[in-house]
Amino acid sequence: MRRALPTAAVLVFFLGPLAWQVLTSFWPEPELTRPIPHALTLANYAGLGGSFARAVLSSLVVAAGTTAVCLSVGASAAFAIAKLEFRGRSLLLGGALAISMFPPIATVSPLYLLLRAVGLRDTLAGLVLPYATFALPLTLWLMTSFFRALPDEIYRAALVDGCTPWQAFVHVFLPLSWPALATSAILVFIFSWNELLYALSFISTPAKRTIPVAIALFAGEHVEPWGQIAAASVVATVPLALLTLAFQRRIVAGLTAGAVKE
Amino acid sequence: MRARRQAALMAAPAAALLVGVAVLPVLAAVWLSLHRSILIFHEEQFTGLSNFRFLLSDARFWSALRTTAYFTAVAVAVELALGLPVAMLLRRGSGLLRSAVLLPWAIPTAVSARMWAWLFNPDYGLLHRLAPRIDWLGSPWTALHAAILVDVWKTTPFVALILLAGLSAIPEDVYEAARVDGAGRMRIFATVTLPLLRPMVLLALLFRSLDAFRVFDAIYVLTEGGPANATETLSIYAYKTLMRSGDFGYGSALSVATFACVLLLGLGWLRALGRER
Repeated sequence: MRRALPTAAVLVFFLGPLAWQVLTSFWPEPELTRPIPHALTLANYAGLGGSFARAVLSSLVVAAGTTAVCLSVGASAAFAIAKLEFRGRSLLLGGALAISMFPPIATVSPLYLLLRAVGLRDTLAGLVLPYATFALPLTLWLMTSFFRALPDEIYRAALVDGCTPWQAFVHVFLPLSWPALATSAILVFIFSWNELLYALSFISTPAKRTIPVAIALFAGEHVEPWGQIAAASVVATVPLALLTLAFQRRIVAGLTAGAVKE
Repeated sequence: MRARRQAALMAAPAAALLVGVAVLPVLAAVWLSLHRSILIFHEEQFTGLSNFRFLLSDARFWSALRTTAYFTAVAVAVELALGLPVAMLLRRGSGLLRSAVLLPWAIPTAVSARMWAWLFNPDYGLLHRLAPRIDWLGSPWTALHAAILVDVWKTTPFVALILLAGLSAIPEDVYEAARVDGAGRMRIFATVTLPLLRPMVLLALLFRSLDAFRVFDAIYVLTEGGPANATETLSIYAYKTLMRSGDFGYGSALSVATFACVLLLGLGWLRALGRER
């Protein structure tokens, strides 16, 4: 009972604004002036139309592409760092940690020119490149600490069986590593789903906007369509809400893994 | 030898991405900042340090730096103060409570900023209805603190989770021993929990202050730096100079200055963490 009051306060603070947004999304636009709606409506969702559906699709494509690139590049590198020897492996891990602290604004101008030079500005593929790079440090740290925790004997046994290091990675370690892959995938997906600055800077065609850009630039003809904005917010939030509900344990473990192991 | 080469090959794509898309661009930004470069005019001219000379006398830069520093200090302090009790609550709470607290962290910042903008709305916003005399986003002081509130709402869960990891690592028998010695709850908290939690607190401070210092999304969506540039942080000022004015020379100088600040802040915290061990 002593914890009931603080728990309620925490829930109201963290979920109250979200609940209000959900209510607003079902609130008839002409009734927004009232303290509480008389009836609820789906009109705000119906009014979102094709442009927001395209934003959802763009975000899905970018987030899925980033996750695929990040995991395929990150897993093999993490395995090399954890189990093999090569020059500069501690530099790679330490450098990745330093890079994760970079303020994204520091790379906006050169990346804009780079993407323009290779013809990837204003394309979704052009977003995958910086997204995968800046999500890579987290993937490397998670996967490396996972591979390090697996016994070296497994690796030596694979070598005795005639595997090359690459084969040992693909046939022996990769099948074992799905828990770490899943955790990394969820965190990388959330990062790409949420990113605003690069998407705002590099995408100029409205039809290619991702969800954060679409929501940031959401505008009506005369007044701000708060009901529709709320509906769009709910659509953008539902996939993440499901992810956090289903994988809460994994996300918490992934977020704090680096911190605890240090 | 073959094994070593294969290992290097396996790490090469990751290294190439990090160097090509993160390290080299930062160096390129430094190079750009030494130029006069207006995007639409296709002109580029080496001007040495003149952008930085201008920056030192640019009142708007200093104001953005002050705003960023204030935002970071207040937001991180509040997040830490709230994060600790939330972490202690989560420690005994159910998985459902953790999921609930995790939600603000998971949703896009642009979405949460829009959500708060609606709560702050000067006509029909819920907070406006509860406190009609406060014009949340309309006056400089409240707008900056409204932005801080949005950041606190969004990132306190992360701080709480880091601290929770620290709390869970404290063995139960340490508390048991303190209780046997007759220590009360407050005393145990002050003499056992807090000192053992110190490294985690420093770590949360490191992560959060570097993150808060580069704040962009929340403020861009909430106020675009207004009113009267009161909420304009370094990232916002640099973004406007780059993408709105197309001034890649001075915009890059502002980006490099932001990077330098983050670097100094990070090195400072790392020294503090190093002393801790």
